[in-house]
Amino acid sequence: MAFLEIDHVDKIFGTNHVLKAISLDVEQHQVVTLIGGSGSGKSTLLRCVNALEEVDGGEIRLDGDRVSGRGVDVDALRREVGIVFQSFNLFPHMTVLQNVTLAPIKVLRLTRGLAEERGIALLKRIGLDAKANEYPDRLSGGQQQRVAIVRAMAMEPRLLLLDEITSALDPELVAEVLNIVRDLAEQGMTMMLATHEMSFAREVSSKVCFLHEGVIHEEGPPEQIFGNPQKERTRAFLQRIIDAGRL
Amino acid sequence: MTQVDAPDPAATRRVGRVLTYRKPALLALLFPPAGVPAMIHSLRAGRLAKARRVEEARIQGGKARDWAWIAVGVGLTCYVVVFLVWLLFANHGAVRRTYFKPDVFFGVKEYHAVAGSCATQCAASIEFHFKYWSPMLRAFWLNIQVFLITEIIVLIWALVVAIVRLLPGKVCAPLRWLATLYVDIFRGLPSILVIFLVGFGFPLAGVPIVQDWSKMQFAIIALTLTYGAYVSEVYKAGIESVHWGQTAAARSLGLSYAQTMRHVVVPQALRRIGPPLLNDFIGLQKDTATIFFIGAFDALAMARFINNNNATFAAYTMAAVLFLAVTVPFTRYLDHILKRQKLRTQGGT
Ligand SMILES: Nc1ncnc2c1ncn2[C@@H]1O[C@H](COP(=O)(O)OP(=O)(O)OP(=O)(O)O)[C@@H](O)[C@H]1O
Ligand SMILES: [Mg+2]
Repeated sequence: MAFLEIDHVDKIFGTNHVLKAISLDVEQHQVVTLIGGSGSGKSTLLRCVNALEEVDGGEIRLDGDRVSGRGVDVDALRREVGIVFQSFNLFPHMTVLQNVTLAPIKVLRLTRGLAEERGIALLKRIGLDAKANEYPDRLSGGQQQRVAIVRAMAMEPRLLLLDEITSALDPELVAEVLNIVRDLAEQGMTMMLATHEMSFAREVSSKVCFLHEGVIHEEGPPEQIFGNPQKERTRAFLQRIIDAGRL
Repeated sequence: MTQVDAPDPAATRRVGRVLTYRKPALLALLFPPAGVPAMIHSLRAGRLAKARRVEEARIQGGKARDWAWIAVGVGLTCYVVVFLVWLLFANHGAVRRTYFKPDVFFGVKEYHAVAGSCATQCAASIEFHFKYWSPMLRAFWLNIQVFLITEIIVLIWALVVAIVRLLPGKVCAPLRWLATLYVDIFRGLPSILVIFLVGFGFPLAGVPIVQDWSKMQFAIIALTLTYGAYVSEVYKAGIESVHWGQTAAARSLGLSYAQTMRHVVVPQALRRIGPPLLNDFIGLQKDTATIFFIGAFDALAMARFINNNNATFAAYTMAAVLFLAVTVPFTRYLDHILKRQKLRTQGGT
């Protein structure tokens, strides 16, 4: 039994069958990367895992417990599964520290003092403790995204979902964000990420899944997917990426 | 390069040509105090341009343009003010006497201050001074009270309505529906009609609990119903304007729907709806005058009372002055914060 089991999950938006009986396992301490063209369903899959979208068929299990469908305590699920978005989504009316401590205080019911102590410690690890009392709009995009990662990590999730977290960043800011993800991977954080940063995916992933039109077309270790793809579509997709100079 | 070497008439038609603003200056002559200087500078600019003294000509042209604009700004204002003053004294001063009768306004008896009785007259007028203002103020206090109390209730009530209208899920549909129905009805009804329906209808129908309430309380109910509908729209727009990514982020951190609303969405919405909210409250302050129609003794009622007893229409002007004294600072302040907001949004992030 894998840590996260995605079991024949379907997702339909109106007449648009976005996920078609997708199955995928994530073991603890694994980093699983989703690649694929725009609209292939990467974000939708991640959002289903953390119940931001309801699944229309199949089942998702975390540690053996069903976490999709009826009767599931989604707030409890989300305490275990954090997500970071492409567009940061920091709360603009709160300082960096308040962003980081809001959920620990309100959801985990930590005292403010303890939550802030932990928040500062986390910010220190990414070198942003000096910005603790700034508002998000005073930070660069890269700094904002780092804060967003820390905000998710402050809940001490057991699984972290990262949805194209560098896509909205200027190229020179991408590295500082990816470094944090690399650190997390080295510390054994279980992660599932969607990305267009192929060289990064190749470096950190335990497993890479190529999504195409709502099905996992090919999956395997990064050496196989990037070095010796078996399927025609995977090859074509990677060729396009190489042509665009992104691998 | 300020000087043109060869006398080339075509040069004045290029980028470096001199603008003499002859036509604006001509128009500006309609307001001679600014028009004459505009014309003088314009003529000078023309002359200098012909003499190829381009830089000096440009300076003169610029001055002509400035004066022409002054003619627009100051001149038009002057003419409008003169027209209004003329209106005031038209019909042998009847307009002025109707709206601004000095003995009502300032307690000074008009035309009576003949030389001989000046001393006694002045003494009398000082005594007279607050004869009308103090009852007017006392009556206006009722409007202010109704305004303040209603405003506080509306702020809470409208937020409740807005949140109900935005409740998620199928099961809440009937509730959403009910709230929407309420808003549709009271946004569509004239506030004066609501006052009638509540103020006269409730006691007549013996509506439980409230039938024995005072007129002021009925007025507060009626205005709350009307303005609750308006303001809930403002709240709703504000809440909806908060990007859904904010909700997604908050929910994904494990915050409940209510916590997300309370800590993330509503605080951001409140920041944005200040100006439209203020706008509705200016409307509310004005509409407190409708309580007059159910027999509450407010500023408008007092004005009518004074008018009936003394045949002094100017009492209505006094009521107008009182309302303006409250609403104008409000509107100025609103303008001020809107301007500041615009500056901030234009000034980048
Ligand atoms: N809330 C929604 N309502 C309707 N359709 C949606 C919704 N969210 C996503 N879709 C559709 O689902 C499909 C998959 O979208 P998704 O965002 O998962 O793609 P993606 O792989 O993340 O693409 P990208 O690389 O551009 O982010 C798209 O066709 C999209 O239009
Ligand atoms: Mg996406």
